[in-house]
Amino acid sequence: MKARVFVTLKNGVLDPQGKAIGHALSGLGFEGVGEVRQGKVIDIELAESDRAKAKASLTEMCEKLLANTIIEKYDIELQA
Amino acid sequence: MKSAVVVFPASNCDRDAAVALEQITGKKPHMVWHADSEIPKDVDLIVLPGGFSYGDYLRCGAMASLSRVMQDVIAKAQEGRLILGICNGFQVLTEAGLLPGALMRNANLKFVCRPVGLTVEETQNVFTRKYDNGQRVVFPVAHGDGNYFADNETLDRLEGEGRVVFRYAEGENPNGSSRNIAGILNEKRNVLGLMPHPERVCDPLLGGTDGRAMFESLIESVS
Repeated sequence: MKARVFVTLKNGVLDPQGKAIGHALSGLGFEGVGEVRQGKVIDIELAESDRAKAKASLTEMCEKLLANTIIEKYDIELQA
Repeated sequence: MKSAVVVFPASNCDRDAAVALEQITGKKPHMVWHADSEIPKDVDLIVLPGGFSYGDYLRCGAMASLSRVMQDVIAKAQEGRLILGICNGFQVLTEAGLLPGALMRNANLKFVCRPVGLTVEETQNVFTRKYDNGQRVVFPVAHGDGNYFADNETLDRLEGEGRVVFRYAEGENPNGSSRNIAGILNEKRNVLGLMPHPERVCDPLLGGTDGRAMFESLIESVS
């Protein structure tokens, strides 16, 4: 099974890289660009075929390593 | 005082720390490789040095915090052994859960490498007892991710418990750090993490000696 994990900064945590990207987009002439937030995408292949077990295992991976839950939140997407 | 310096792949201030420790303590520190399982038992102080351990992959300090030697560092911290994390070492300590909060990308997105004025906020601890309370010192900083972040409750607690040991002087905050925090203690006060580099200002030839008192404090504390 393949999974995709999205790791992003929590709301309220300053994201200077996102801000810089937003400024650059405005500088390129894109109008109406609001807040920009940057994050990470991590693709993981798993041998597990049970979706519930895979989700539980990925949650543990996020808590232990993939995200720093002091500043980041994560979303897990299981792919068919 | 017997000391050890942990060397991770891409540590780059391990030798600076070793030179300062040898000059001030008179004893060569043990250099302990990250894949070793144990730090020598007679060590009083463990230094996690500056650098870019594991290439800062995923997050600064994240990979190093899971390296084999860190299990022993965590055990020794719990026993009350003294741990000093400088720069990347501070990042490793927060990732390992030995210190609260996190170090984020500098607010201005720039790598800052220059001397910075600090105030010593707290001297009731083994690391800064030989400084004066409120003393102004200058240590170099050299980091891209030194922006200390913690929720307000944690920050209030750190301040209330006298665990903010160093702050950037007014107007000198180089990274956007919350409440100008440059260095903090753990609850038991045996683990200190700071972004600036005291080990680089221990010899007048290198432009200053403001960092010496930290190592002298530690020597006095363990004797």
